[in-house]
Amino acid sequence: VTALTARRRDVIRERRTWLSLPASYLVILIVLAITIAPMLYMIVGGFSTTAQLNANPNALPHPWVWDNYATILTSSLFWQAVANSAVIAVVATGLAVTFGSMAAFALSRYTFPGREAFYLLFVAGLLFPLNTAALPLFLQLQQMGLNDNLLGVALPEAAFSLPVTIIILRPFMRAIPGELEDAAIVDGATRFRFFLRILLPLSRPALITVGILAFVTSWNAYLLPLVIFTSQDHYTLPLAVASFQSTYTQDTARVYAFTALSMIPALAIFVFAQRKLVGGLVGAIRG
Amino acid sequence: MARTQGAIAAGREATSRPAAMAGRPPRSRRRLRKAAELTALLGPPIVLFVGFVIVPMIFAAWYSLYNWSGFGPLSDFIGFQNYSGVLTGPVFHQALLHNVIIAVLSLVIQLPVSIGLALLLNWRVRSRTVLRLAVFAPFVLSEATAAVMWYELLQPGGPVDALLEAVGLGGLVHYWLASTSLVLYTVFAVATWKYIGFGIVLLLAGLQGIPPELREAAAIDGATPWQVTRTITLPLLAPTIRIWIFLSVIGSLQLFDLVWIMTMGGPANASSTMLTYQYVNGVERTQFGYGATVSVVLFVISLVFALAYQRYALRRDTAGALTRAVM
Repeated sequence: VTALTARRRDVIRERRTWLSLPASYLVILIVLAITIAPMLYMIVGGFSTTAQLNANPNALPHPWVWDNYATILTSSLFWQAVANSAVIAVVATGLAVTFGSMAAFALSRYTFPGREAFYLLFVAGLLFPLNTAALPLFLQLQQMGLNDNLLGVALPEAAFSLPVTIIILRPFMRAIPGELEDAAIVDGATRFRFFLRILLPLSRPALITVGILAFVTSWNAYLLPLVIFTSQDHYTLPLAVASFQSTYTQDTARVYAFTALSMIPALAIFVFAQRKLVGGLVGAIRG
Repeated sequence: MARTQGAIAAGREATSRPAAMAGRPPRSRRRLRKAAELTALLGPPIVLFVGFVIVPMIFAAWYSLYNWSGFGPLSDFIGFQNYSGVLTGPVFHQALLHNVIIAVLSLVIQLPVSIGLALLLNWRVRSRTVLRLAVFAPFVLSEATAAVMWYELLQPGGPVDALLEAVGLGGLVHYWLASTSLVLYTVFAVATWKYIGFGIVLLLAGLQGIPPELREAAAIDGATPWQVTRTITLPLLAPTIRIWIFLSVIGSLQLFDLVWIMTMGGPANASSTMLTYQYVNGVERTQFGYGATVSVVLFVISLVFALAYQRYALRRDTAGALTRAVM
């Protein structure tokens, strides 16, 4: 026993030689500073005036002014963009999760000829990110009369979220024991009832993951809304941030404040759902 | 996810359920019912997917054969002229080269840094969750927000320059976004800031799948930490690394939002990408036939990469499913 503990101690000592403890904490601190500081800087900078920023970009606001944030938060521009983003993201997420779970149910718990072909059709969508299709989609939506329409962005976003949704949901639904289904059928339930009452509630963790992924993807999309929307009333938050910046080029402090505010919804969703999001991404990739 | 699946005993196929069930309807009616159920379940998703993922691409291939402004009838058929225009144009070559440079830089810089940081976080840091949260945060911001933020920070005389001067590195101050020789690397740095957390989290998940006993056993047998890393950890991490490479290259090929907001592909096309090229030449000049051609070319490039990668690197991984579709 003593020999083993001695060896263990050797192992631990050996690990330390790879990079000394203070050095590794230093590296981690630097990384943290680089990731977090720019975001903090935007938030704090929003409390300055542009004159203060011009005088010294790296001083704390003196005095702190609430004006920039107040103006933005009382303007319809910001809230309209938040509302547009939210409507589009909710529709896209709802569609992706509903249709995705239907497809995943059919592809996981039915056997029929061509099942794998259907699955692979959806999987192939992963090779083809939304940005690549933005211009063709614009042309198609124009034909359909869906240009400059919130639905014209929500529908393609839902469609492009289907692959990841199905890839995550299918193995999950497949892993739910067949005995549960047998029992439900013996008790007189139809397969639809089994799907709605048993399979979907059991798949909740996976449904939350795919829901968050679809929501965040839609919330952050830029190129598709950029080509689809011509009127500013329809701008989503990413479009609004970019256009606010080009409108108020000289008013740096206001741009900071707008940028900081536009980070908050995404960061809030993230802190709220961190574990699920990370787990979902990793799960998606591990297939 | 994977763990959850493992925990639950693998379920049986629905149809393998005992056939001896009392009072079931005749076989033909059951078959009809199943077909109806499948149609109801699969119909809507397939219509949505085909309608908005497959059809636009088919249309793009069709439009790419025309000289078309996007309005009015398709009448000016020009065969493959758009393709020769795109494929022989030096400006497109330059854009493609930039995409490739970003992809290669990601491989030689982002990947080793991600692996190093993931190893560090995996080995000894206690508040790993907090750190993971912190490095992952930029990933959830939209590229647009990140781009606006860095555009502001990198203005001449702006916060980054002021910081460099404050710490005595004033000599490093440059026109980050206005210098034709530097701008592409600035864009790469911002993309790294945005996406490195994703790589770290992915690799951490991969590392946690490696039993610590393996490393301990090797260390007990006298392997140095470097040897343990090189001969045990990295090979076992290889599947995760290969997936990261795949996602990173596909992402580099379709880079747009960051670049467009920070530089619009400029100055003088020094930071153009295939998609900014498409936006300038297709959308802004309303040459939609030409723009559609760029979509098709980009799609083919992604597909060729995916197939080649599948063939030579991903074959044994579960993630091969991503690309096995088209094999």
